[in-house]
Amino acid sequence: MRLRTTLLRLAVILGGVLLVECLARLGTIPRVMMIPPSEMALALFRLLASGRMTTHITLTLRNVGLALMAAIVLGFAAGVIVHQLPRIRSILDPLFASYYSIPIFVFYPLFIVIFGMGSTPLVIMGFLSAVVAMLINTLNGLDRVPSVYRKTARVLRLSRFTTVRLIILPAATAHVFTGIKLAVAYAFIGVIAAEFILSGGGIGYQISFTYYAFDNNTMYALILLILLLVTSINMSLYALEKRLLTRMGRR
Amino acid sequence: MRSSARRTADAVFLIGGLLLAWQVVFTLFGDMAIASPAETFAYAVRLLGQERFWPHLGETAKAFAAGLAIAIAAGLTLGLTLGFHRLSGEVFEPILTALYSVPKVTLYPVILLIFGIGLSAKVAFGTIHGVVPIVIFTMDAVRNIKPVYVKTGRLYGLSPTGMARSILIPAALPEIITGLRVGFSLTLIGTLIGEMFGGLQGIGFLLMRAIGLHDVKTIMAITLLIVLFAAGVNTVLLSIDHRLHHRTA
Repeated sequence: MRLRTTLLRLAVILGGVLLVECLARLGTIPRVMMIPPSEMALALFRLLASGRMTTHITLTLRNVGLALMAAIVLGFAAGVIVHQLPRIRSILDPLFASYYSIPIFVFYPLFIVIFGMGSTPLVIMGFLSAVVAMLINTLNGLDRVPSVYRKTARVLRLSRFTTVRLIILPAATAHVFTGIKLAVAYAFIGVIAAEFILSGGGIGYQISFTYYAFDNNTMYALILLILLLVTSINMSLYALEKRLLTRMGRR
Repeated sequence: MRSSARRTADAVFLIGGLLLAWQVVFTLFGDMAIASPAETFAYAVRLLGQERFWPHLGETAKAFAAGLAIAIAAGLTLGLTLGFHRLSGEVFEPILTALYSVPKVTLYPVILLIFGIGLSAKVAFGTIHGVVPIVIFTMDAVRNIKPVYVKTGRLYGLSPTGMARSILIPAALPEIITGLRVGFSLTLIGTLIGEMFGGLQGIGFLLMRAIGLHDVKTIMAITLLIVLFAAGVNTVLLSIDHRLHHRTA
């Protein structure tokens, strides 16, 4: 059954790609609009081989990485702290709930003015995008530790540290992992969107630049690169999550 | 449940805290970077009073409304279908999750190439941002409907539309509303980003122009208006969301 769905999914994706390929080659989709997917792949391969974009790719990945690490660590820590302070939590609750309805990129020019045009505003954008997802999910995870687990810890007279290590963290893992997955997605979105809007380097900037330069080949190569990058990171996280949860006996 | 006096106090603390933080940042970083809360509010009121502001607002409202309508219609239809038809749902779910994580800003040039610069591109951009969460949430909601409801529907020989109208939507409503809430926010963001690059009208365009001119007051005032609108509607939708969830819980 699982195999059947996977095969069907592959068929759907391949079918879609083939359809676009045919339409593009037949000219139904004009070249100015979109180049055939096979040419996109070829352009990407050539692009990576030539090393033309390596600085930009590294820049983006570095910024995303920094933003992500900060978001995961600080988001988790903040989640733990807020969880312990119910009054603060109920005050901040509406903020967390509405956070993702606010277009965060509107603050981007603010950060540029404060920190200059370098990488710092980009990292901050990625961080701000990702941190609240991590925080909310940490809170959720800590909420859902069944009270019987906590009681068991008390019965066994475990120290606070041991309780956290052996009982609370494993119980919260599922949600914390969801937080990490979301943080990864949002960090990418935050950094690349900011690069696209206003920046001097990075993949997002290059996509904007090549668009204005009518360089469709490079543009689509870069778009394909991001699609592949994000999808493969997602898939690895998904696989990691399954392994982690199976080992914990949760599946 | 917290008393409503407590909740009002909480809200006051939150808003007060945010305003305070804002004022502190302003004092620290000066008016080259940011405007004070007082200035911003005053400027925002002035902006709303200016005649030339309203056409931009209208343009954004049009693009947003159209994008949202399409996102909801397409999202609900796809979500209901994928949720109801198990196999399709399973096949498409990872694809949808992948689409959700992709920075759709990168697809923006593709949209521009397909739709050209103008209203349709903005609408398209808003739609692609909003439709994905709506589909995902609706699909998830329909999948979790108690099977006995669906069987009852079949017993009555309901057509697909009848099934959707009488069984699926009412049963899955709380989660669908959550999806619509997320879809609303994302469509707004998508429309605004879309406006930043195409055309000469719209709030997003005004914002982009202010950024280029380094017009701090306008940047802050427009940002404030956007945040108030987004947060305001989101809070209303949230309370609907909560009420629906507690009703069935």
